[in-house]
Amino acid sequence: MPLVYAGVCSHAPGITGRANQADPTVRDAFYASFDQMRRDIEATKPDALVVIAAEHFANFFMDNMPTFALGMADFYDGPIEDAGWLGIDKFRAPGNRDLSERLIKEVMQTVDVSYAEEWKFDHGIAVPLHFLTPNFDLPIIPANINCQGPPLSPLSRAWAFGEALRRAADALPERIALVGTGGISHWPATPDSGKINEPWDRDFLDRWCRNDRDALLDYDDGTVYTDAGQGGFEIRTFITVSGAAAGATGTVHFYEPIPIFAVGCTVASYDLGATVGVARLI
Amino acid sequence: MSLYYVQKFLYELNRDEGKQQAYMADRDAAIASFELTNEERAALTAPDIGMLFHLGVNGQILMHFAALHQIEWADYLQRMRDGIQAHGPVREGVYAMTGYEGTDVHAKSLGQE
Repeated sequence: MPLVYAGVCSHAPGITGRANQADPTVRDAFYASFDQMRRDIEATKPDALVVIAAEHFANFFMDNMPTFALGMADFYDGPIEDAGWLGIDKFRAPGNRDLSERLIKEVMQTVDVSYAEEWKFDHGIAVPLHFLTPNFDLPIIPANINCQGPPLSPLSRAWAFGEALRRAADALPERIALVGTGGISHWPATPDSGKINEPWDRDFLDRWCRNDRDALLDYDDGTVYTDAGQGGFEIRTFITVSGAAAGATGTVHFYEPIPIFAVGCTVASYDLGATVGVARLI
Repeated sequence: MSLYYVQKFLYELNRDEGKQQAYMADRDAAIASFELTNEERAALTAPDIGMLFHLGVNGQILMHFAALHQIEWADYLQRMRDGIQAHGPVREGVYAMTGYEGTDVHAKSLGQE
């Protein structure tokens, strides 16, 4: 079936772990936007949710770092962090090994993706799932883009990964939803934590909503590092969703800097209606 | 200087409760098999969060090590600031502070004086 949903959201651990330190009005508006995202995804009646994450050394390290990886298991445990620290109880999320394998085989036609039959979710996936599948009743297929240990993938390859996921999802009989999670500008887990470059974020989100490939790929890691911090490398996850939704236009449902969450909190999605079938024609 | 092995130790520690228990029971023994300098050994066993940040440990690894030691979030951030003030800028890695106006100015901008 054609891809049924493509969106992005934040995943910072403070969103759940430091919830009681945020301004309740802004926090609750953000949570409400996450809840709307859940309802939007549920309305598409997906068979599985692919989560494109930028994990933080839960599974992958510089001894053997995959640029792109996809999970291929029947279940995934999380969160790897202390449950009290993250504010999310330990859980087991369902997977679908068979579906993952078919997806991976198709992605591999154009992108050299690694696979993992074991994968522990860190906050990068656990926080979005806490809001989007709170009952852990939707099979998850985790995807990862190395955004932590340089050298990192060129942005053009992150886009290509999205195109490959779209082509693969469209070719499957199942209904696949896709969510990318990451920060835009942020300096997480450093003394600069809480610093957010809002103009930079809004400019990036404007490019994202226009699905402007040239504009989205017109960044380099040096300037991203300076203007948007280490956390800015995670724009790869957003760009992959853009690649999967090529031709679509997007809407930002929520964007607000919340310093105690250490990120400009974001919920956005693409309207895929106009793009159905396009990916197969390319 | 062996930042890779400092981070590898912390990576393995963060994802394995058994290793966390072993580290808490005997910190020197837990790091014995890693290729580390004396400075790194001291920082990992103290633990000295500020020194580890100064050495270049990725914050995504370091924040969980701090949490393991029951160091609260604000205290974790302060210890990194103290480490930079005591030892100087981050030596290597991508978790250096970039375009940074200094800890004092930034703390004021966040209302965390």
